[in-house]
Amino acid sequence: MKTVEEIKAAIEAAVPDARVEIVANPSVSGQHSLRLTPSRAIEVATFLRDGLKFDYLSNVTGVDWPDKEIAEKVKVTREVTKVEDGVEQTAQETVEETRKRVEPGCLEAVYHLYSMSLKQGPLVLRMRTLNRTDQAELPSLTPVWRSAEFQEREIWDLYGIVFSGHPDLRRLLMWDGFKDHPMRRDYVEPDDFEYEPTAHDDVLKRAEAHRAAHATAGAAGHEATGGEQ
Amino acid sequence: MTDAKLEFDAAVGAKQEGWNRPPVMEPSGEGGVLELAMGPHHPSTHGVFRMDVALDGERVIRLKPVFGYLHRNHEKLAEGMSYLGSMPFTDRLDYICSLTNNWAYALAVEKLTGQEVPERAEYLRVILGELTRVVNHASSIGFLIQEMGASGTPLMYAFREREKILDLFEALTGARMMCNYMRFGGCRVDASAAWLEATRKVVAGLPGFVDEFEQLLRSNEILMARCQGVGILRPDLAVNAGVTGPLLRASGVNYDIRKVDGYGIYNRFKFRVPLGDHGDVYDRFMIRMLELRESIKILEQALKEIPVGPVMDAKAKIRGFRPKAGEAYGRIEAPKGELGFYLISDGGPNPYRYRVRPPSLINLTILEDMCLGQNVADVVLIFGSVDIVLGEVDR
Repeated sequence: MKTVEEIKAAIEAAVPDARVEIVANPSVSGQHSLRLTPSRAIEVATFLRDGLKFDYLSNVTGVDWPDKEIAEKVKVTREVTKVEDGVEQTAQETVEETRKRVEPGCLEAVYHLYSMSLKQGPLVLRMRTLNRTDQAELPSLTPVWRSAEFQEREIWDLYGIVFSGHPDLRRLLMWDGFKDHPMRRDYVEPDDFEYEPTAHDDVLKRAEAHRAAHATAGAAGHEATGGEQ
Repeated sequence: MTDAKLEFDAAVGAKQEGWNRPPVMEPSGEGGVLELAMGPHHPSTHGVFRMDVALDGERVIRLKPVFGYLHRNHEKLAEGMSYLGSMPFTDRLDYICSLTNNWAYALAVEKLTGQEVPERAEYLRVILGELTRVVNHASSIGFLIQEMGASGTPLMYAFREREKILDLFEALTGARMMCNYMRFGGCRVDASAAWLEATRKVVAGLPGFVDEFEQLLRSNEILMARCQGVGILRPDLAVNAGVTGPLLRASGVNYDIRKVDGYGIYNRFKFRVPLGDHGDVYDRFMIRMLELRESIKILEQALKEIPVGPVMDAKAKIRGFRPKAGEAYGRIEAPKGELGFYLISDGGPNPYRYRVRPPSLINLTILEDMCLGQNVADVVLIFGSVDIVLGEVDR
């Protein structure tokens, strides 16, 4: 099988304005992947299917990368004014400061391709959304490989990636009235405990808190749990 | 009775040309269209699964599967516990074939960590994997015939043999169905000489069972009338839709992961990959029958060659290990198709991402294509020939 570098070169030769990035996998499995820019993904996918004979899309899945707060220690040199023996003096002083910055998160779709005719694989493709909230859109590869049909629906359901061009993007596993995307890492479980008829211990406390909130907030409180049909 | 235009048509319409979508069938216009929910408690669905069917007379013109009745977010649970912690949960995916689920998961983790598996453990995995395939194929044939109306007898033939194999599983692993037997870098306990002897005895009886089973069913007139030419799946569509396992091979595509990847020690055994000609229900039934025979061949070879030795790598750490950051996708030829596990490690004790590639769910992608234009009674048969378990479809 061709290496990911060769496949990257082949893609860039066939689809001129496609930008492909190799994502190295440090694990012993050695399955490196290619990150595509979503705008040209359909053309690249079609080329992979027809040109390089990756006719079989095995696995499609989502990954959630939440916003990360990174604390960095930075050495800062600044001028300090000190009073020594009644005389003001300026001196240079170096101190360590902790600065925090937020690295924006994203949602990622991962595709595992094989070739049934050449008996090769896997080739791993990845695509990232711009953020996790209002720009979580990726092009659907269902028109290229039908096997993505249910799997992309599942990703929309559990992660909330909107696949544009998907012919039938409905929830797959959760019910239609459900509000949230439960596989996201910041998903908060509802505390209405429909499933726990005899709440006890800390579950009892959470159930009581829910009941108190529910009594004041009325129907709106119930709505927030996503349980309303 | 409703208007012929279903809600789905508006969503799909004719705007999406070019992809392998199911053809849009128009009702004949006589008598209107009947929309029917088959399931979630229809006896043929083997669990809780619903097919929303639109019928024009007896002819199916739409079919939309509805999933999720058995969803418990297995993947989320697994991300909250250690690698070893989700091994018992894999038993509950495809609960007919718990040992192959264990194997696929162990294989994916071994790819991630690079653990070696001792020789004897590899042989035990093959023996248990093929016994599982015998259990699965025999009972799925039994269920298929049951759905055709042959109530009881053929299924009980299959279950008689399944019972003998489940006794072997119980003797070795302690459980008939929820075996939880394989570990990263080997197997949990060693098989005694007495167990291997008992297994040889059971395997020696299997060819007789398959002969009897096949003779009982193969040229049955009703079975041929109901199965032949029903639910045809084209090979190009099967490949494009990611169909795997006996369903794919019945359409004539030569793709068996045991041969392609040669995972474990499969390239040491002599066996053939049976292929179908027509891709109809009858071919799927026959492919499973022929695969039973190939499995018996593998079992005989493995039971003859199994060496003595450890079943766990002594250095292997099965508990509390932290794989290096990275990812791995491991897959095996489970009885229902390609069962894969995709794991991402961030260097912690739990998987950052844990994904099951369920063959049962993905094989249902083309259910509508196979059912369109068929009679509603055949939907039950076509669905049965896909061979799914809802525990794996919904996870």
